[in-house]
Amino acid sequence: MSVAELPRRHYLNANYNIWSWLLTTDHKRIAILYMISLTLFFFVGGAAAILFRLELMTPQGDLLISETYNRLFTLHGVVMVFFFLIPSIPAVLGNFLVPMMIGARDMAFPRLNLLSWYLFMAGGILAIAAIVGGGVDTGWTFYTPYSTTYANSQVMAMAMGIFVAGFSSILTGMNFIVTTHTMRAPGMTWFRLPLFVWSHYATAVIMVLGTPVLAISLALIALERGLGVGIFDPKLGGDPLLFQHLFWFYSHPAVYIMVLPSMAVVSEIVPCFARKRIFGYSFIAFSSVAIAVLSFLVWGHHMFVSGQSVFAGMVFSFLSMLVAIPSAVKVFNWTATLHKGSISLETPMLYALGFIGLFTLGGLTGLFLATLAVDLHVHDTYFIVAHFHYIMVGGAVMGYLGGVHYWWPKMTGRLYPEWWGRVSAVVVFVGFNLTFFPQFVLGYLGMPRRYHVYPDEFQVLNVMSSAGASILGLGYLIPLVYLLWSLKYGKAAGPNPWNAKGVEWQTPSPPPTLNFDETPVVTEEAYAYPPLDESSAEGEPLEPVAN
Amino acid sequence: MDTSFRLFPEQASTAAEQVDRLYVFLLGVASFFTLLIFLLIVYFVIKYRHGARADRSQVSGNRYWILEITWSLIPLGLTMIMFGWGADLFFKVHQPPPDCIEINVLAKQWMWKIQHADGKQEINSLHIPVGKPVKLRMISQDVIHSFFVPSFRVKQDVLPGRYTTIWFQPTKTGRYHLFCAEYCGTSHSRMTGEIVVQQPAEYAQWLRGASSESPEAAGESLYDQFRCGTCHNNPTNPRCPPLDGIFGRMVRLEDGSTLQADEAYLRESILDPTAQVVAGYKPVMPTYKGQIGEEEVFQLIAYLKSLQPPQQRTPKSGPPPFETPNDTDQQP
Ligand code: HEC
Ligand SMILES: [Cu+2]
Ligand SMILES: [Cu+2]
Repeated sequence: MSVAELPRRHYLNANYNIWSWLLTTDHKRIAILYMISLTLFFFVGGAAAILFRLELMTPQGDLLISETYNRLFTLHGVVMVFFFLIPSIPAVLGNFLVPMMIGARDMAFPRLNLLSWYLFMAGGILAIAAIVGGGVDTGWTFYTPYSTTYANSQVMAMAMGIFVAGFSSILTGMNFIVTTHTMRAPGMTWFRLPLFVWSHYATAVIMVLGTPVLAISLALIALERGLGVGIFDPKLGGDPLLFQHLFWFYSHPAVYIMVLPSMAVVSEIVPCFARKRIFGYSFIAFSSVAIAVLSFLVWGHHMFVSGQSVFAGMVFSFLSMLVAIPSAVKVFNWTATLHKGSISLETPMLYALGFIGLFTLGGLTGLFLATLAVDLHVHDTYFIVAHFHYIMVGGAVMGYLGGVHYWWPKMTGRLYPEWWGRVSAVVVFVGFNLTFFPQFVLGYLGMPRRYHVYPDEFQVLNVMSSAGASILGLGYLIPLVYLLWSLKYGKAAGPNPWNAKGVEWQTPSPPPTLNFDETPVVTEEAYAYPPLDESSAEGEPLEPVAN
Repeated sequence: MDTSFRLFPEQASTAAEQVDRLYVFLLGVASFFTLLIFLLIVYFVIKYRHGARADRSQVSGNRYWILEITWSLIPLGLTMIMFGWGADLFFKVHQPPPDCIEINVLAKQWMWKIQHADGKQEINSLHIPVGKPVKLRMISQDVIHSFFVPSFRVKQDVLPGRYTTIWFQPTKTGRYHLFCAEYCGTSHSRMTGEIVVQQPAEYAQWLRGASSESPEAAGESLYDQFRCGTCHNNPTNPRCPPLDGIFGRMVRLEDGSTLQADEAYLRESILDPTAQVVAGYKPVMPTYKGQIGEEEVFQLIAYLKSLQPPQQRTPKSGPPPFETPNDTDQQP
């Protein structure tokens, strides 16, 4: 690679005044707006976690009182799920990259795209208002009738905030669907689409179909809480399980809203750093679709001990097991991509490999929860907390960070210090496992989740977990520092620092406002890395990619 | 700091051992695949690292399909084993044997109130004899709670407005944690208690000590207090079904369906009489919702269960003897 320079005109310096950002319809600038807001939410949610992990160092409630503790874990859950994980990859990386990857100049509905950021911020501000105004103590799951009749906290404001932010999700999803259908560059057929786009398409379908159900359940909570309409509270003639059905009908698929885009990122990174076409392209593509479809049929596995019938339990257990197959297909195909590749371990690849490992463990422990008799024991314990953090933090957050590192040079035009990048990936991986692995053991031993005080015998494992959390927290701060540093001091990246395939790498970094100087024409499949030499010492031709 | 370290909670019920066996199987499968993926990644990364000399010739053809099919079918097979095994055990855990000791559990923010069959009551502790199956009938007075005994490997949510049941058979004497596993508000983590499993003799002695009024007796005085008898025990009042022998009787409802009168039915008949109306009667029974608490409902049910069926029954199981013949036109 030659010494590159930033292009003279690009989307970042096209215009400097504040309105050119706040009223922008450029999908890339909107992605940056999302990135800044999500980073803020991430550190708010993370700070809450650090506080309650500190509290959990001892079995007694000595640092916080129960009211505060309960508000903190609710804050952590709500902010991380609704204001970080769900929008994270789609709204930042998806927004930035889907149009670029298909060779489009923007999203199909640029103004709608901006509106969805404003809705997200409005929701976020309502949520912050709810937190500042006294907090919410229902858990992110808002189980009734606690949330509607008994909770003495800002449930209404928080529900409103999530309700509003939900519309941002719906609009983003719609935009992806329409963009993928109508904006593909000449030659970009469905089976030439990068898997990133396939996964985002599947995610978008879930967003559009699932989020309205969340909105409905929150609206019903408001009706019962505000107006006393009996829907969920048996004292008013309602049924508390109805809420759980509605809530999980959205919130189970929401797990895939978080993890499918991460899989999207990994499917881009792995071929690039193995310098090989991805193994089983169509299997990975269709497994995303299969996961999206199945995700709507398994909500009842959150309710095996809720009083749901034994028969319903069996049906949901059976369907949940099936999710293992497309998930396993993905993991095996990524691993097979490494076979006979020419592998280098730059920061994005470290994150991607970390994702594969943690997702595998997270997915396999999901089978424990889908197995009826075992769920009877581990439901609502730390086992489940560990499981979904492996999926949502080990999976979704690792994917997000991998993606941010991979496309950072594209987004900013600058390289970050590679050595620090690798350090951060390793620290995050180690800190993560130290935080959450002990929680599997803790859960099987029987420690219930959301416990402010706990019996003495659980302390050792809790201390391990808290120690891990501090390492993990540090692991997240390191990238924040060097990425910001690189904005000013990073070396210029050039259009394609990784020698990657894909349309987005064929334009300068940062790209011009309209992405491409001329509309690209696609003539080959995705990941068409040149064949690797039979047994060459280098293992690959290091020429820049022909384009 | 308690530094004892263990990976499994104590096994103190018949279910515990079976659940653990399944868990160990799952652990085996999970460890195998986690290790497999981990080792493969490490092996490939080293062998095919950039710059290393290695055979990189790509194979093409059907091998690709064979691989995809294999690694779809193996997880399918394994998960079906998990499903079948787990479902079978789950089913068993939901089939209480007929000779259970029955105990009522009332959950409320933030305590467990236990009512034994002979009227003995306790709070946040539950005494049971070792080796006998125990069945709990549980209800919550406010929000959802969850009855969880890790050493027994059982858990069941406790709902407001509806009975849920759970059963287990302790195999070891001792004291075990009882946790509320469903978040229920401020003191959720303090809604804990103790299961005390005793030798039968010890248990019998414990039951005898300072026994309070039996639930049947308490139920009977409630029955009088709320004047249920003015309707139900009035031989000249034809508008009400007789309650003698009601428990376990087949009841025909207004909508044509029949059901067996169990605790859940009796509870609903008292708190929400119009939900299921007995065929041939008018829904004139007043609702006692809000006047009778769940604890009292337990007692009323105990009393109703103690009412023996009338001794003499006319052939063809016609109207009970105390009803005057002119009622018959109102009978189903
Ligand atoms: C005003 C008269 C009246 C009073 C007072 C009354 N009931 Fe009833 N009860 C009825 C009638 C009429 C029915 C049958 C219609 C129905 O199912 O609602 C009935 C039905 C029942 C049934 C179902 C019987 C069956 O055969 O399935 C139960 C159990 C019952 N009552 C219990 C009680 C109890 C306990 C009380 C006191 C707390 C009570 N009732 C007070 C009139 C009354
Ligand atoms: Cu509780
Ligand atoms: Cu609780």
